[in-house]
Amino acid sequence: MAGIVSSLGVPQSGSAGRYERNPATREAPWVRITLLTLGLAFFGLFLIMPLVAVFHEALRKGWEVYIAALVEADAVSAVKLTLIAAAISVPLNLVFGVSAAWAIAKHDFRGKQLLITFIDLPFSVSPVVAGLVYVLLFGAQGWFGPWLQAHDLKIIFAVPGIVLATIFVTFPFVARELIPLMQAQGRDEEEAATVLGASGWQTFWRVTLPNVKWGLLYGVILCNARAMGEFGAVSVVSGHIRGYTNTLPLHVEILYNEYQFAAAFAVASLLALLALVTLVLKQFVEWNAHRSLKEAST
Amino acid sequence: MTSHVIPSPAAAPHALPAADAGPRRAKRRVLPGFGPSMGFTLFYLSLIVLIPLSAVFIKSAGHGFEAFWAAASTPRVVASYKLSFGLSLLAASINLVFGLILAWSLVRYEFFGKKVVDALIDLPFALPTAVAGIALTALYAGNGWLGSLLAPWGIKVAFTPLGILVALIFIGLPFIVRTVQPVLEDMETELEEAAAALGAHRWQTFRLVVLPTLMPALLTGFALAFARAVGEYGSVIFIAGNLPMVSEITPLMIISKLEQYDYVGATSIAAVMLVFSFVLLLAINGLQAWSSRRNGLEGRK
Repeated sequence: MAGIVSSLGVPQSGSAGRYERNPATREAPWVRITLLTLGLAFFGLFLIMPLVAVFHEALRKGWEVYIAALVEADAVSAVKLTLIAAAISVPLNLVFGVSAAWAIAKHDFRGKQLLITFIDLPFSVSPVVAGLVYVLLFGAQGWFGPWLQAHDLKIIFAVPGIVLATIFVTFPFVARELIPLMQAQGRDEEEAATVLGASGWQTFWRVTLPNVKWGLLYGVILCNARAMGEFGAVSVVSGHIRGYTNTLPLHVEILYNEYQFAAAFAVASLLALLALVTLVLKQFVEWNAHRSLKEAST
Repeated sequence: MTSHVIPSPAAAPHALPAADAGPRRAKRRVLPGFGPSMGFTLFYLSLIVLIPLSAVFIKSAGHGFEAFWAAASTPRVVASYKLSFGLSLLAASINLVFGLILAWSLVRYEFFGKKVVDALIDLPFALPTAVAGIALTALYAGNGWLGSLLAPWGIKVAFTPLGILVALIFIGLPFIVRTVQPVLEDMETELEEAAAALGAHRWQTFRLVVLPTLMPALLTGFALAFARAVGEYGSVIFIAGNLPMVSEITPLMIISKLEQYDYVGATSIAAVMLVFSFVLLLAINGLQAWSSRRNGLEGRK
């Protein structure tokens, strides 16, 4: 759901001094200290403590148990499946995002707002419902179930179902990042290129893409994080077959439910590291996007 | 590098008079590729989202209204609606207060480690929900860091509705901060200065000048956090305890119906949740339109 709240538009923080120096926009010291204490205590309690707990629990039984949990065969196959699901769903949603943004931001047509609302849909649908819809279509009782069975094809409780569910939940990320960005940039540059004789592809590769590259990357990073971390939707269609249809988050669940807590947290710590890497990359992209914006305006 | 060649978006209309010179109608279809890009967009959208989602409604309509109603209104399912919607509202309300405080602190105050706090606010977006779920459970279980502190007071968090609330607060916090923060950053200080010059107390200025400006963003963030919380599954199921009538959330009811091969039941509950999602999505879009209109007016000096 992150795409709805894009923070690429947020100016880089750090200019708070101008509020603190201005008597009209500054609070009494006790108010400031109270607000900061409340806010940071809440932040520490709800965001930092869980993060620390993951690593603490993962290493509680020592490095040997930790490493053993990560190199175990089922864990390795879970890593592979997670990578496969992301490797298929992210490029597909990237192509969709670019194509949708090109159609929506660079052209006029009726029903544009409705189309944007439809693109947002997967963000507001519960992951469990997202998984369920594919069971209704491709499960044994589903519309295509008998046909699939007759042709010996498996989608539900198999890898294709996991990929489909992952595509669904990560569907809007790139589109949601690109549409507002390309709308804000307007069409004049592309129109100039076209008038000067550039083909559609040339215009896209040389004019549009360089302008939106940071937004694109931002969308891809968020899309990938969700693709690798999705739990609810994938859980419904997976069937939890160890070593075959288990992604990393599902592997965490299985280990946890078998009371192998240290192993569960070890695998979870991999995903937590992925989250931290995602946040660092995201900061990097935001920083670059603002720098190139600044350069463009001077 | 490209910035020297390509003028900034703001400068473009003046920099390129040639492209603007033509009549408006000719301008409209200058750019190629509308057909293929629109075609692919609609095809992919229908294939991945619209057709699968419509399956829920067609399936539940196929069973007849009686069967739908019987499945969607059993006492256990109704208890799950009350729990999911009630706790989601409560979590979003708590996040509304603390999210505003955090957004305010990040924009208005200097403090040590601010950049790190700003980056980590998005942790719930990046951390897989299952990881958040087991981490919160470990913290609040009777022998956990926080659980053992609360136990002497007779407060049990893990495996009670209170645990669900904690998980929903965790996943909802960034929505409020990230919708309020940009509005707060863009807000001109002139209004506050005028209010102060006219003798308003700081609290009066906040209540009567700042808060009304933030209201659309606050409501949007609230609605986003609420929508996410109602559908949330991964971070909740580990800490919830999942006791029938006490701590079963609605998405879990869908799962348990599916596990019993009760497709009518699962589909009916899913239809209820989908209708709720649509309504909330429309409300959020309306709020965002209101918010951008208001900020557009604020931004113009």
